[in-house]
Amino acid sequence: MTTPIKTAVELSACREKLQAERDPQRKVISICAGTGCRASGAIKLGDALRGALTEKGLDQQVQIRPTGCQGFCECGPLVVMHPDQTLYQKVKAEDATEIVEQGLGEGQVIDRLLYQDAEGKSYRKESEVPFYRHQKHLLLANNSKIDPTLIDDYLAVGGYGALAQVLAEMQPEQVCATIKAAGLRGRGGGGFPAGVKWETCRAAPSADGVRYIICNADEGDPGAFMDSALMEGNPHSVIEGMIIGAFAIAHPGQPIGYVYIRNEYPLAVERLRIAIDQARERGLLGKNILGSGMDFDIQINKGGGAFVCGESTALMASIEGFVGEPRAKHIHTVEAGLYDKPTNLNNVETWANVPLIINRGVEWYTDIGTGDVSDNPWGGSKGTKIFALVGKVNNTGLVEVPMGTSLRQIIYDIGGGINGGKKFKAVQTGGPSGGCLPESLLDLKVDFDQLTEAGSMMGSGGMIVMDESTCMVDVARYFIKFLAEESCGKCVTCREGLRQLSAIIDRICAGKGQEGDIELLEELSTVVMDGSLCALGQTAPNPLLSTLRYFREEYEEHIRDKKCRAAVCQGLITYSIVAENCNGCMICAKKCPEKAITGIKKEVHVLEQAKCIRCGICLDVCKFDAVLVE
Amino acid sequence: MDSQKLETILDKHDRQPAALLAILQDIQEEENYLPKEDVQQVAKALSISLARVYSLATFFSSFSLEPRGKHICTVCMGTACHVRGAPKLVDHIRREFDVPETGTTKDLNLTLETVNCVGACALGPLLILDQEYHSNMTPAKLDRVLKPIKQD
Repeated sequence: MTTPIKTAVELSACREKLQAERDPQRKVISICAGTGCRASGAIKLGDALRGALTEKGLDQQVQIRPTGCQGFCECGPLVVMHPDQTLYQKVKAEDATEIVEQGLGEGQVIDRLLYQDAEGKSYRKESEVPFYRHQKHLLLANNSKIDPTLIDDYLAVGGYGALAQVLAEMQPEQVCATIKAAGLRGRGGGGFPAGVKWETCRAAPSADGVRYIICNADEGDPGAFMDSALMEGNPHSVIEGMIIGAFAIAHPGQPIGYVYIRNEYPLAVERLRIAIDQARERGLLGKNILGSGMDFDIQINKGGGAFVCGESTALMASIEGFVGEPRAKHIHTVEAGLYDKPTNLNNVETWANVPLIINRGVEWYTDIGTGDVSDNPWGGSKGTKIFALVGKVNNTGLVEVPMGTSLRQIIYDIGGGINGGKKFKAVQTGGPSGGCLPESLLDLKVDFDQLTEAGSMMGSGGMIVMDESTCMVDVARYFIKFLAEESCGKCVTCREGLRQLSAIIDRICAGKGQEGDIELLEELSTVVMDGSLCALGQTAPNPLLSTLRYFREEYEEHIRDKKCRAAVCQGLITYSIVAENCNGCMICAKKCPEKAITGIKKEVHVLEQAKCIRCGICLDVCKFDAVLVE
Repeated sequence: MDSQKLETILDKHDRQPAALLAILQDIQEEENYLPKEDVQQVAKALSISLARVYSLATFFSSFSLEPRGKHICTVCMGTACHVRGAPKLVDHIRREFDVPETGTTKDLNLTLETVNCVGACALGPLLILDQEYHSNMTPAKLDRVLKPIKQD
């Protein structure tokens, strides 16, 4: 049974006690157990390591610490040996015995499990690996140091210290002013200054003093998973941010907290639930938090798999038990949001930034990033941003860099360039509301304003790299289809307009494009943008328009020449066997679901075009480059 | 669902209409889909219209009004998985298992679902079979993963 912490003094005492109990020289094996590494086998690995330690009688001396996402998903499961910080990558359960027998002694390293770059150079420490070296981990810094299911781990690294400081030394207005001066802008994509939002919500009248504090964890952008990583890896940082927000926005009134989280993130839901329970047990949520007189608690609401619920008014409708349809915002949600009360909604990553700003100060924070926010909170982009670097890049994973880092640095220095030696074509940012940026913009400094100027947007931070084998028409088709399905249907322009856009692009990809289609797409896009109520419709044509802006020739080729240069659009490609390379291994003939490939052993095979359904399995299985797609 | 179980779920959420989404989620977790009788019972218990319950149940893509299969196979269709070939996986499973448009095979062995993103984008294309994640999938690798189910 744990005792509640009642004052700031007790919190410091608790932290000091925890730190004193912990031996910094103790051997700890931390295993990344985020969703990605779990998919790569981290759970089995943990069990194997525990078993190996017990067998050697070391289970008391050496601690196993399952952590949240450490970012380098490409090389998972990741293992870090503390205290000397040796990083092992792609570790399998079979490697457990070797790690326990040969990796725990002074200076012992298992070379074959170290990270190796393309030139064959290996790196021992996490901080030396190029993927990490060029990053600046602030929000993700504690992910490898704490077990997210133990509040003591968070307290031991100074957790809830910012909250104690705020409650003991600051006035609510001062906290709002601090967040405003730091230039913290909404990380969910909108980029609205959080401090301004907080002040407006605080100033909005509420007869009974109720103000809702919501964390938007409905991370719907496909290709983005930084919010899930924060909730899985360091849930208390989000909770601490929310409590500070509750004080700043609603004290001495009645703040009420909600986290609206995607149902597709079962692990994040579980971790957050554990964290909230533990915070409650310790008195950090509930009545009279740290003796401040403030009562605040947080409830978790799970979403139902609707992208539009990431939109603030739709999200609030969903919390109230209605379908997630956005409403017109003549009156802002900060004045009348959830149950018509003043409501402040921020994204997960925004909340996680709050304790950092309080702990380290405005000056330190504004030194990171672009522009000048001293007079104008819109004047720049401050702090770091976490990006999900995925797609056709060598080092996929989560990347945290200062605002203003160039796309080239992110994709090449950190991401290690395009995989398979292929040529870079585009990078998609901002999710379905964003756009595709071409090679000529690789030196663009990534912040809220520069991305918008280039026709894309920050969004929540998905960064999907595409190479020459990605068809840009197909990418636009993907997003428009996605949005057509996710449109809530309230506005005709969005519901019907997107369907029509989708039908036209489908036709183009099927090889039935006509002259005038491009112009029609552009005209219809304008209608969708102008006539829709919420950001989903207003920004929906962005992926289409940005690909038309930078890759128009691909559309023209699809329509005029009936050609897909990336060999993706099924209606425009053919598969054939390259006779010189085919050695008659029969694997493609065996795997072809339509029996379109025939041939006898050790003789060149033949592909019958009339039967081919262009599924691409032959290309996947052929080891001799004997299948050609064009 | 037996009425006692349903009552427990309703009580857990204080019979609040605001908790409708959570109540339906709990029912689906137990029953694998939303049975008609339960949906009717919920409307009655919360004193709200049946239309409101159905509007929610059909709005959110995670709900199913039809019984789902013994095995649930979810293919992630997020952007990262898309550019790495997720649509080919869906085509392949449809073909191999003869899955109709509704997503569930006639013998109720398998339900094929797609999801917009599961947040493991770095390892796409991703497939979740009965809650187990499989990364970097290709149609050829798929056969091995699905083999036990085919024989089921």
